[in-house]
Amino acid sequence: MYGRKVKLRFFFVLLILITLILSIYLILKSLEDNVVYFQSPSEIKVLAEIGKKKIRVGGMVKNNSILIEAKSIKFVITDFKNEINVTYSGAVPNLFTEGKGVVAEGFLKDKNFFLATKILAKHDENYMPPEVKAALEEK
Amino acid sequence: MASLIGSYSLNLGFCISFLIIFYSVKNFRNSNIFDNKIALLTFLQFFFVIISFLGLILSFVNSDFSNETVFNHSHTTKPLFYKISGTWGNHEGSLLLWLLVLTLFIAIFLLSSKKQTKKYRILTLMFQQIIIIGFFIFIIKTSNPFNYIFPIPNQGLGLNPILQDPALAIHPPILYLGYVGSSIIFSSTLAATTLNDISIDWAKHIKQWVLISWIFLTLGILLGSIWAYYELGWGGFWFWDPVENVSLMPWLALTTLLHCILVLEKKLVLTSWVIVLSISTFTLSMCGTFLVRSGILNSVHTFANDPERGLYILIFLFCLIFLSFFIFFYFHKIENKSINNFFWLSKETSILINNWFMMYFLTVVLIGTIYPIFLEVISSEKISVGPPFYHKLIVPFLIPFLLAMAIGPKLRWIKSNLQNKLYLILYLIISFLLSALIIKSLGISFLLNTVLVSSAFYLFLITIRDFFTKKFKNLSQNIAHFGFSLLILSILFNNFLSTEIITNLKIGETYESEKFKISFENIDKKNEKNFQALIGKFNIENKNGDNESLQPELRIYNQPNIVTSEADIKTNLFTDKFMTMNLVQNQDYFNIRYQIKPLMIWIWFSVLLISFGGLLSFIRKYEK
Repeated sequence: MYGRKVKLRFFFVLLILITLILSIYLILKSLEDNVVYFQSPSEIKVLAEIGKKKIRVGGMVKNNSILIEAKSIKFVITDFKNEINVTYSGAVPNLFTEGKGVVAEGFLKDKNFFLATKILAKHDENYMPPEVKAALEEK
Repeated sequence: MASLIGSYSLNLGFCISFLIIFYSVKNFRNSNIFDNKIALLTFLQFFFVIISFLGLILSFVNSDFSNETVFNHSHTTKPLFYKISGTWGNHEGSLLLWLLVLTLFIAIFLLSSKKQTKKYRILTLMFQQIIIIGFFIFIIKTSNPFNYIFPIPNQGLGLNPILQDPALAIHPPILYLGYVGSSIIFSSTLAATTLNDISIDWAKHIKQWVLISWIFLTLGILLGSIWAYYELGWGGFWFWDPVENVSLMPWLALTTLLHCILVLEKKLVLTSWVIVLSISTFTLSMCGTFLVRSGILNSVHTFANDPERGLYILIFLFCLIFLSFFIFFYFHKIENKSINNFFWLSKETSILINNWFMMYFLTVVLIGTIYPIFLEVISSEKISVGPPFYHKLIVPFLIPFLLAMAIGPKLRWIKSNLQNKLYLILYLIISFLLSALIIKSLGISFLLNTVLVSSAFYLFLITIRDFFTKKFKNLSQNIAHFGFSLLILSILFNNFLSTEIITNLKIGETYESEKFKISFENIDKKNEKNFQALIGKFNIENKNGDNESLQPELRIYNQPNIVTSEADIKTNLFTDKFMTMNLVQNQDYFNIRYQIKPLMIWIWFSVLLISFGGLLSFIRKYEK
């Protein structure tokens, strides 16, 4: 028979393996639940169904589209092919301006309306979200 | 002129690297005593790099726009302080700073390691030189801070205004001291492994470097976090932004290493583990540089989007990892001189448990940060991973982690028993009752919160008890653990009790809710040297009739033309009142965000306390 020490070591290694597998599983599982996908207005137009999950929409803020009221801000995100109307009540970042890039996070009501819960702050005048850049380059 | 001297001196410094390698190899083979020529050359190299760095600072101070870096990142109307800090507020300059710290640290290493063996010192120096050469090539080839522009422009493009801030002026140097400190740990570990010389003496000697890098890394992260709090107007202290994560990962690895070294310097166990951790700390630091500099992550730190730079760092990183793996597997022999025969209830076990949790936290952060990049490369699907992911995976595991942190230091090395440990259970009951009471009175969801708070309270009470009963034994460890419990408690209560109001107001309007009345009284204009400020005057009246006046600012910078908002924060011991104001182009409405954030100052203070614990340990070691 194997000695006590070998047995102990075997259990130790087994324990490590189980914990490892468990934690990796846990991480991947919760990753699946918590990722936020990015879509452009054109991609939303061709969606088969409107999901309940949080997504991000990126593009340019259309010129003359920002409308501010006491409770909410409305504007249009465009990728110069398609547009989507966004309603938002929350803090806007400094560089949120017409004609500049923007990324809005929130939920789709339908293919034309988006309810944003967060607008992403970017910090540079030269900055364009890569998603927007990619969307613009496709055109 | 200054720029020219800087450029020459940078190239000279690079040439010296080869001289150092040449003499080191010669000295390593032939002689028994350390050749002082090598030390001299190392100091000379440091001297050249510092001249080069000063050259760049001078170019910035004199607004020498013939220099491309200065042109891109400076402006004549910028205050002197930000002209200087602008030196490292950009990609090229910050890499030069990185190089400066690399050469500084190896010089300090040579001065402070005179008691170590010759072979070990030379090998460490050589590994460090490999890193230094890598950075020299990187700087000279892809991001030379001394490029010329002709014809010479009259005016520069200016520094991004959000970087024009005192906290951010010192944030990069402090953070780099931490990052680059890990390079010494890396080189020295590789040297010791090659010589098969991982000993208790080595552990004692390298622990100082671990402590120093750890202190600076902690402070660097703290500064960045404070800056994001008041300058970005996000109104919080941590956002799980990828850029924050890449600084947290080396910190987690370094903290684990710090605890492992404690075991190593007492008994010679866990050697392979220490080697792996040293290598991964530095690799993670480099990874951070790679992710931030290559433009893969979008953030304030993405100074330039140049794929060549990213590729270079990636290749360099792979070479270093390959080298360290080779050394680890080829040279490292697991010896059974001292068998891992500690009892399950001992300090060693508790440190191992700490390591396991730390590695788990590290894995979570690592996966959350790189998975989106990975997915984009393989499937061109763009995703982001938000705070809920991290909270869900990290928060529950804090409970056993905190308990282990409280009990661990109470155990003895090798074998401990449970006699005279009854008070541990007593304290657990007290802290549970106390937190149940508090959570009940706050009226928030009960179970998880109570357990969380009570585990943090437990650590809090136990460490306080130790201040009185243990006098000055293990004081540094106790301070750091106490600081950590304070940190977790502050974060928890900050989370429970924060309130936020976001609304759009015109001048003269008033917003009313059940708790507050916010009136937007008027707006002042003020002209500064390089920006124009709009200062909003707000009066906030809460339901008790207390008045508070807050004046958030909007700054419209002239060059570059950027609007930033400066939060107005009223801080006292219990709570922060935080307000930002934002203007949307061509609209009468201002976007107002008002937050009440309890215990913010305690979050900052507890992190300071944690690093102070490290400093104390460093000083005590030094005195011995």
